[in-house]
Amino acid sequence: MKYDLSGTLRLGNIMFDGILMKPTTAAADKFMSLAEAVGRFIPDGAQIALGGFTINRNPMALVYEIIRQKIRDLHVVCHSHGQGLDLLIGAGCVARLEIAYGGNGRFAPTCVRFRKAIEQGRIQWEDYSNYQMSLRFLAGSLGIPFIPTKSGLGTDLIRREGFPREIRKERKVASRKCVVLQNPFLEKADDPVVLLPALTPDVTLIHAQQVGEDGTVRIRGLTFTDIEQAKSADAVIVTCEEIVSRSQIRKDPDHNSLPPFLVDAVVPVPSGAHPTACGFYYDYDARHLNHYRKMAEDDQRFEQYLTEWIYGVKTHGEYLDRVGETRLAEIRADSVLGYRQGLERR
Amino acid sequence: MQDGFSSYSRQEMMAISAGRLIRDGDILFAGTGISMLAATVAKRIHAPAAVVFFETGGIDPTLDELPLAVADTRVMSGTCLNSGLIDAFSIVGHRRLRTVAFLGAAQIDRFGNINSTCIGPYEKPDIRFSGSGGACDAGCLASEVIIFMQHEKRRFVKTPDYLTSPGWIEGGDSRKRAGLTRGGPVAVVSNLGIMKFKPRSREMFLAEYYTGITPAYVAEHTGFPIDTSGAVESLPPTEEDLRILREEIDPQKLILK
Repeated sequence: MKYDLSGTLRLGNIMFDGILMKPTTAAADKFMSLAEAVGRFIPDGAQIALGGFTINRNPMALVYEIIRQKIRDLHVVCHSHGQGLDLLIGAGCVARLEIAYGGNGRFAPTCVRFRKAIEQGRIQWEDYSNYQMSLRFLAGSLGIPFIPTKSGLGTDLIRREGFPREIRKERKVASRKCVVLQNPFLEKADDPVVLLPALTPDVTLIHAQQVGEDGTVRIRGLTFTDIEQAKSADAVIVTCEEIVSRSQIRKDPDHNSLPPFLVDAVVPVPSGAHPTACGFYYDYDARHLNHYRKMAEDDQRFEQYLTEWIYGVKTHGEYLDRVGETRLAEIRADSVLGYRQGLERR
Repeated sequence: MQDGFSSYSRQEMMAISAGRLIRDGDILFAGTGISMLAATVAKRIHAPAAVVFFETGGIDPTLDELPLAVADTRVMSGTCLNSGLIDAFSIVGHRRLRTVAFLGAAQIDRFGNINSTCIGPYEKPDIRFSGSGGACDAGCLASEVIIFMQHEKRRFVKTPDYLTSPGWIEGGDSRKRAGLTRGGPVAVVSNLGIMKFKPRSREMFLAEYYTGITPAYVAEHTGFPIDTSGAVESLPPTEEDLRILREEIDPQKLILK
């Protein structure tokens, strides 16, 4: 897949007088395999937004497939991210990163491969805060070019630019990190605000609990910034624990998160967020996350990890065979609490 | 240290000291680790009407088990409301609410400005940390901030290598001049004692030191001059404080060492 001169991603979309017309995809055409979803929507150099937050609902099955397909030069945009981001960076898929926080909670207060990549200057990065990144996705979802906030005033987040000037003219890179402006509604008072550039990623990757046969998405528990990330993107890929009938997902529409026409690809992948948590389905795999941190600390052992858990398995099913039925049963969530009570988490 | 209630660790003292600073009805913005313990201590011991909430969007979870990340499914369980980040930050900065944020950092200066981004030059850091997360947002928007620190000279510094989250900026009214209309740090809880900020100059001073520590020891481990003249010894935790912390809040010893 290639970008045309106007910078529009060609996904079988129609260009009409320079305006991107997105034909509504029939529900059945959205359902596809991981390999197809990544192959069709994530070319080298794409800007991708990662859904989820640190150790919860990371789109891990998609991350593994991106790594297997050796996609390169990705520009990742996210707020707080953990396991999925760390693997993409470690496997050499990421060239650029706009981020608020790279950590796995208690399992890695700073993500290891993220830390190494920055310390060794192997990626370009730009720091924002969680609220700032969420607002940037919100602005993108609303179709406005920037959004004001009070957050960041008086800090290096607004004083220090991470991206080098020469990339500031490139596709999907803001011309400046942010702009501080006086409140234009006041004539005299000193009331500065920070203007943040909107984000419109090429693709947003989300892992949800359920998708209806019609393509309606249901996220249970906290939605983080997933909905804004999805609405700001040119394309959305959703992996999910299960597909449910159209009538079932429309029985409680108050609990639904995204309408079908915003979703371009749906891939049913049970345990598709492992080793991160997926509320009401499974808890995070504390043992796996601890093991990962130890492997990530050393370059050779990290390669071993990639071979064992990603390159050495062809499908997510094979990956889960490696995790093992016993382990998956141990982390299975309580259907009322949403997590696994008494799970060994040290 | 933790076998009997007569002895206690510095980490336990930090959680209990920070918990004491919370008033009933406060809305607490909690992070992970010790701030999670402090928020739970406050709610179970001193301030039962306080509400613990998380930047991820979970409000007032039951916290039957300790969350190990702010996105842990445990922050979504038994809540009054689950939402997302935009909603959560609308609460942190809400003009009707008194919100108290717990933050931790790698470096702090005498005005309570903190660094959780990097050590060394930003462009080529010697050590990179996780980054702001919601710390910058809480520092800008919350009505009060309480900061947890390991008390070492290399962490209490003249100039942090990066200013991630604003404190009193350059002291005096500089925070207001920067455009921040409320908030600012009220206390720094370290493993040696509690620091507060002078009302006008906004400079850090030693308010309390823990049993077994002296004001001179605190000054020695601080990388800038600090006024210790008014400092008093902290009250030790009660048996009941320690029992609740060890047996009810963190029985699995997930955070307590």
